[in-house]
Amino acid sequence: MTAILRTEKLRVEYRSRELHQRTKVALCGLDLEVGAGEVFGFLGPNGAGKTTTMNVLLGFVPPTSGAAYLFGIDVRQPIARQRIGYLPELTYYYKFLTAEELLRFYAKIFGLTRAETNRRIPELLKLVELEHAAKRPIKSYSKGMQQRVGLAQALINNPDLLVLDEPTSGLDPLGRMKVREIIQRLKNEGKTVFFSSHELGEVESVCDRVAIIHQGELKAVGRVADITGKHANLEQAFLAIIGYQLQPVS
Amino acid sequence: MKNILAVAGVVIKELYRRKDFYVLFIVTILICVVMASINIYDDAHIVRYLKEISLLLIWLSSLVIAVTTPARQIPVERENRTLLPLLAKPLTRVQLIFGKFLGCWLVCGLALLCFYVFFGALSASREHHWPLLNYFQAAMLHWFMLGIIVAFTLLGSLVFAAPSSNSTICFVIIGGILFVGRHLDQVAMTLQAPVRTAVYCLYFAIPHLELFDVRDLVIHNWPTIPWAYFCLALLYAAFYMVVFLIAACLVFRRKAIN
Repeated sequence: MTAILRTEKLRVEYRSRELHQRTKVALCGLDLEVGAGEVFGFLGPNGAGKTTTMNVLLGFVPPTSGAAYLFGIDVRQPIARQRIGYLPELTYYYKFLTAEELLRFYAKIFGLTRAETNRRIPELLKLVELEHAAKRPIKSYSKGMQQRVGLAQALINNPDLLVLDEPTSGLDPLGRMKVREIIQRLKNEGKTVFFSSHELGEVESVCDRVAIIHQGELKAVGRVADITGKHANLEQAFLAIIGYQLQPVS
Repeated sequence: MKNILAVAGVVIKELYRRKDFYVLFIVTILICVVMASINIYDDAHIVRYLKEISLLLIWLSSLVIAVTTPARQIPVERENRTLLPLLAKPLTRVQLIFGKFLGCWLVCGLALLCFYVFFGALSASREHHWPLLNYFQAAMLHWFMLGIIVAFTLLGSLVFAAPSSNSTICFVIIGGILFVGRHLDQVAMTLQAPVRTAVYCLYFAIPHLELFDVRDLVIHNWPTIPWAYFCLALLYAAFYMVVFLIAACLVFRRKAIN
């Protein structure tokens, strides 16, 4: 299996805002490997280090120590991002642009030709069901529509690796189903998807493998069935792995 | 270069889709037109006062554009998180800074073009001649001075997170340079060492924006500036733009974005 995404003993420390604490460890020796064509779920409670890991992978945050590679290239080099698509959590795109203009702008950054851009944009707008709103400014879009524009921009370069940070966050059931369908479709096309989510049912249904991170440390990694093991479902397994004791309801 | 141009294009689109510029332009036009329509004291040379006030308004409006446009670029991108999908693409931080700078500087250039065309038309309606070379020199020097301000404000936007605080600080510093900068050497002579050395260093370190203020050239229809001096002034401005942009790139290079 070729590793598309790899981290080696990744450690990230932040300067703490609390007086008595000089640094705060966000990630502690994270070793992760995602193979080509995998749909990989990255799970963890809030503040576990999921977004920090993604931030390092995308070059937003420099690691304190360790290294991260995309397609075998150090993430600090911009060329490592040529074949990836990224959808951040809760992003508001340029309000004064239309969806079509936004996609055209990102296509330019990827160096897509005019002909390729003209072919990709209607395809993507159709995929995310925004053809009817292509010429409207993004400021007039609903939250779900903005999330779908985000998904379209993440796919503009036909990426081999898609990094999605809580892609279904804030979406209605229909929107979530649509995102799931798109992930499934990408999986069928042989693309690699690395995504974080709190929707464990959704992770269970689309992921090949999952990793569970807690307090910056990798607690478990493996196939969904292996992680679930003797537990009733992934949610139960997740709670057990992070050490949460279920209290009986009185 | 295509990445820089793509980023600059978005900045320009933002200007013409927002209402700030139109408001400034319309207010400037209204004030100038009202002034031009009245003939105070029946003075034949009143046109000079009209030109002086019009140019002052143009200077103020262009300063507002040159400070407020770059001041909000990166902080707003961070606040709206649009910086994340942008930097997740094969776009370097240096390209982003240069793209933002180019966009803001071109925005200032477009605004100046509108202002100076209007000013030329207004003056010509009273004086019945167009000293085009004077206008060209004044506008070019003005534009290059705005380039220094844009680069400086962009650097400030990486240090001060809030656009409002950055704008205020930049306005104060630019005002200080314009009004006090040229007198710093005289102030230094009255001081004792080592304060004198410090003030002298400051005098030589700051960009002397007042050098680019050639409004009198247009107001009094003086002969054009020798072209060698004109080119030297543009080079002087280009040097400061590069210095501020390099500083901005260095500040932004290792900044964590989250």
